[in-house]
Amino acid sequence: MRSAAMAFLLFALPAAAADLPPGRAAELERLVLQDCGSCHGLTLKGGLGPDIRAGTLAGTPPESLAHIVLQGVPGTPMPSWHPLLNEAEAQWIAEFLLKGGAP
Amino acid sequence: MTRFIAAGMLFLTICFTVWINTVLADTLRATGDLGVVVERSTGSLLIVDQSERAAIGRIEGLGDLSHASVVFSPDQRFAFVFGRDGGLSKVDLLTQTVAGRVLQSGNAIGGAISDDGALVAVSNYEPGGVRVFDAETLEMVADIPTGSKTIGLVDAPARRFVFTLWEAGETWIADFSRDEPEITRIEGIGKNPYDALITADGRHYIAGLFGEDGLTALDLWQSPPLPRRILGGYGRGEKALPVYKMPHLEGWALAGERFVLPAVGRHEVLWVDARSLEETGRTKTHGQPVFAVSRPDGRQVWVNFAHPLNDTVQVIDTPSGEVIHSLKPGPAVLHIEFTPRGHEVWVSVRDAGRIDIYDTHSFEKLGEIAAETPSGIFFTARAHRTGL
Repeated sequence: MRSAAMAFLLFALPAAAADLPPGRAAELERLVLQDCGSCHGLTLKGGLGPDIRAGTLAGTPPESLAHIVLQGVPGTPMPSWHPLLNEAEAQWIAEFLLKGGAP
Repeated sequence: MTRFIAAGMLFLTICFTVWINTVLADTLRATGDLGVVVERSTGSLLIVDQSERAAIGRIEGLGDLSHASVVFSPDQRFAFVFGRDGGLSKVDLLTQTVAGRVLQSGNAIGGAISDDGALVAVSNYEPGGVRVFDAETLEMVADIPTGSKTIGLVDAPARRFVFTLWEAGETWIADFSRDEPEITRIEGIGKNPYDALITADGRHYIAGLFGEDGLTALDLWQSPPLPRRILGGYGRGEKALPVYKMPHLEGWALAGERFVLPAVGRHEVLWVDARSLEETGRTKTHGQPVFAVSRPDGRQVWVNFAHPLNDTVQVIDTPSGEVIHSLKPGPAVLHIEFTPRGHEVWVSVRDAGRIDIYDTHSFEKLGEIAAETPSGIFFTARAHRTGL
């Protein structure tokens, strides 16, 4: 019973928030706005890369977004961020984008 | 007696004129050693004085200035600022006010001013194309839809603008020397051209390709210019690294008899013979180059790098092609601008909120200026250079 409750708790916790070391969220937020912003625009409404504002992404599963962040999109300038970000960080970014830039 | 009075009056008039000119000279300001720094997050522009190595004012309310760029009027009084959100702002450096502003598209990427200073053109992602404005009034004088994201917009001699289509792989030349603009379309530039430059003499237009290893050169002295692939397959089958920031091709001059170009997805710069456009060598660098800018005399090339190696700047000696100095100004070095004669270089360090100023001969740091997330630095000397 106890382990079932634990499992439920773990499942309910957003993976990203639990796994990020202190200060990393702020770094990722800056990365999204400033570095992703090179292609997607500082307001994320798109540029060379597409619009990635929450309204546009609505309905996309966070796992799919995290996958795109980590693997990139072949045939486009979207690079694989796998060498620089781990899965928890990609997941955090996916949820950050879906929430419209509120950490 | 009358003659005495007349002489006295004349003397007083001269005294007054001298006095008023002295007063005016103290309050008048020339713009030849001014510049602007884009503050990308706050949508503001810092006006800087090269001689004082200081900021002398700030203009706010210019919209989304991520990836913003600036050109200057021929009298070096007005800065035209091209914002990411499609805003075109005309800033008066003397009165430090916004002299005009239009929101000309939804999503823009740079601009240019015609050789006579009469027309300002803006390159747009959405809707894709180029729009041209009267530099005086900012009224639109031409709309050139391309159906493609438009990049690498530069001015060329004889009232022309040249730009390239990201999706279509074409370069267009828009000739404004007559009443109606005349467009020349050149196909076969290559897959996904990401940026382009024009050489300082206005002769060669070179587009960098993202979709393939190589660049495409056009000789604008030909009519019509025929695309010529240069440095084809420079990666030679090696797997390119992920590109976290596109290199930039604007803003450099000849380095001796050679050009230097950033390689895409590689930790190196490529040297190209200016006459034959053949590769003459490579220099390994700290990271993927973003800007590779020649000092105005061509003796050195300064290079900054893409995320995550963007805290470093390297200096390459042109004759030997060797890295002779490395500096670590701080997190996120975004841009490098030389003073017109190259004695100093100004470097924007975005995440440190600073502009650092270095002596280019001794590499000694001469000063710093606080700025909000600074990106592009633009000195007014650009007003007198083709392609800037």
